[in-house]
Amino acid sequence: MRASPRLWLPALCLGTVHVVVLLAAFFAPYDYSEQDRSLPFAPPTRIHFVDAQDRFHFQPFVYRRVEHAGQFRGYEEVTETRYPIRFFFHGAAYRLGSLLSSDRHLFGVEMPARISLMGTDAYGRDVFSRLLYGGQISLFAGLLATTLSLLAGTSLGIMAGFYGTWLDAAIMRLAELFLALPWLYLLFAIRAFLPLHISPAQAFLLVIAVIGLVGWARPARLVRGVALSARERAYVRAARGFGASDLYLLRRHILPQTQGVIFTQAALLIPQYVLAEVTLSFLGLGIGEPVPSWGSMLASLQQYHVLVGCWWMFFPGLMLIPIFMSYGQLSDVLQERLQS
Amino acid sequence: MRYFGLRMGQALLLLVGVSLLSFVFLQLAPGDFFSEMRLNPQVSSETVDSLRQQYGLDRPLPVRYWRWLRSVAHGELGFSFAYNSPVAPLLGVRARNTLLLTSMATFLAWSAAIPLGVLSAASPQGWLARSCSLGSATLLATPDLLLALAGLMFAVRSGWLRIGGMASAEIDAAQGWLRIRDVASHLLAPVTVLVLGSLPILLRHTTSAMREALASPFVSAARAHGIGRTRILFRHALPAAMNPLVSLMGASLASLLSASLLVEVVMGWPGIGPLLLEAILNRDLYVVIGVVMLSTFFLVAGMLTADLLLFVADPRIRREGLA
Repeated sequence: MRASPRLWLPALCLGTVHVVVLLAAFFAPYDYSEQDRSLPFAPPTRIHFVDAQDRFHFQPFVYRRVEHAGQFRGYEEVTETRYPIRFFFHGAAYRLGSLLSSDRHLFGVEMPARISLMGTDAYGRDVFSRLLYGGQISLFAGLLATTLSLLAGTSLGIMAGFYGTWLDAAIMRLAELFLALPWLYLLFAIRAFLPLHISPAQAFLLVIAVIGLVGWARPARLVRGVALSARERAYVRAARGFGASDLYLLRRHILPQTQGVIFTQAALLIPQYVLAEVTLSFLGLGIGEPVPSWGSMLASLQQYHVLVGCWWMFFPGLMLIPIFMSYGQLSDVLQERLQS
Repeated sequence: MRYFGLRMGQALLLLVGVSLLSFVFLQLAPGDFFSEMRLNPQVSSETVDSLRQQYGLDRPLPVRYWRWLRSVAHGELGFSFAYNSPVAPLLGVRARNTLLLTSMATFLAWSAAIPLGVLSAASPQGWLARSCSLGSATLLATPDLLLALAGLMFAVRSGWLRIGGMASAEIDAAQGWLRIRDVASHLLAPVTVLVLGSLPILLRHTTSAMREALASPFVSAARAHGIGRTRILFRHALPAAMNPLVSLMGASLASLLSASLLVEVVMGWPGIGPLLLEAILNRDLYVVIGVVMLSTFFLVAGMLTADLLLFVADPRIRREGLA
């Protein structure tokens, strides 16, 4: 594929987001479960250059915040001590994968002060840190579910298109059934038949499996079309005439043909599946506390005072917009290439 | 007419298939409404067993399916454990509310999408076309969930719109004009969110269909005859572009139903969405199946209506259908 800015710009954007999210432990100043009960629903920390005595400092700093006396959920800054923002800060220890362990964070401030770029939630947990960790759940649930969906869809579609006859008929009727249902209802229905009270790790796998298996039908239909037309091409018939086995034909001639369709479908499905995970977790059917997902973080907006008073709790939802835009751009470009 | 008989038969088969699929999943699922009861030390396992026997949950799948089919024939659609009543009356009211919401949203979205799409196809470089394409790109990337939450926040903070339920308590008893106005004020926020959510796709399709129609030779001929611009756009080009749009009308219903599920839950509109969520949390499986069947029925009905419209609008299909 030829690289054009319309293709690599969104790809670069998505790549950056995914890397940052994967390395959340380094980029986030705090752990996702670290609480500060004295700072519930605090707005984003203000970053200062000019202190209370009107002196300018080159190094940005923050002030410690305490609850406003006598006022419900108001905070004021204690301007006695400055807490400069330090980069490559020694904070809580963490492990990346199983090999690398470190306590360096990209930025941080000395302890009693706290820096929360996107405010804090009900338990005083840093929303920015939780957003990064939550991306690990939400974005990768989408990616893995798409992989599952495409694997199932491609193998069933190829079988239907390549072998034809009754197998084709059976698979395609089943696909029509899945496509006939409004898919959010289908997703919920299947979720309904599965156990509700499970650990976050089990829930993660379960959500991926459910989302991935609900969506197999559309890629299967498209792949079937490609396989059906590829089967009748002259070179495939020639190869068959030379005694090529089915497996060889599938691997060598049919599968490469489906590549374009699969990539285009992936760019369409990933955002849809990310949203599916977010929706499930939002409604309490997905991955629950204490592990953050963008959906369960948004769920606190169902409370009246959060919805009205805490605009920073919208950040996990706002994060979806640039990501969806990038995927939309990618799928548009891929679609154009497929058709030309 | 034979064409329609065929389509109806297909739709019916589809519904039967969906119900079978639901029962197969139901069978595969671990646990049921009464298995949560087993955790309660005050309920003996004999009681649970006898309850399961009473509701027929201990029977094999084909028997249960047959019983369910019989209750469908009686117009009951199975039995809700949590409400202790047949499913059909539970669904009835909710279905009416969802239908009200989605039909309003469909109507408004199309009546916005068609003029905007036609005008932006007419002058692709104009300010309207540019702002439409920018707006629809932004809206397309905004998830329905976020739209619903933002709409809710706006409605609550401004205090202009009523949120939650579909009628105010004090007006509940009132009739006539007052009641209609009250329901309309509750409808406004969810309908707006749904319209904003479905508009971008409709707009894109309308614009591209219109562009295709405007590029065809008969439009140039009409122009050469000196027919006015508005008349060409709406009287000549729009009917020609209508075909893909009518079939989209049926297809877009699926995404609208999914979006309306979310909007109903977030905004507290008493449609089938909150019922489904509640049923899932209660493990009230026949209600879940009922809601899924109902949503499929809506979808199939929408598709059939679109086919009917296409049949009326396009003489080519009419001829093909009769042959």
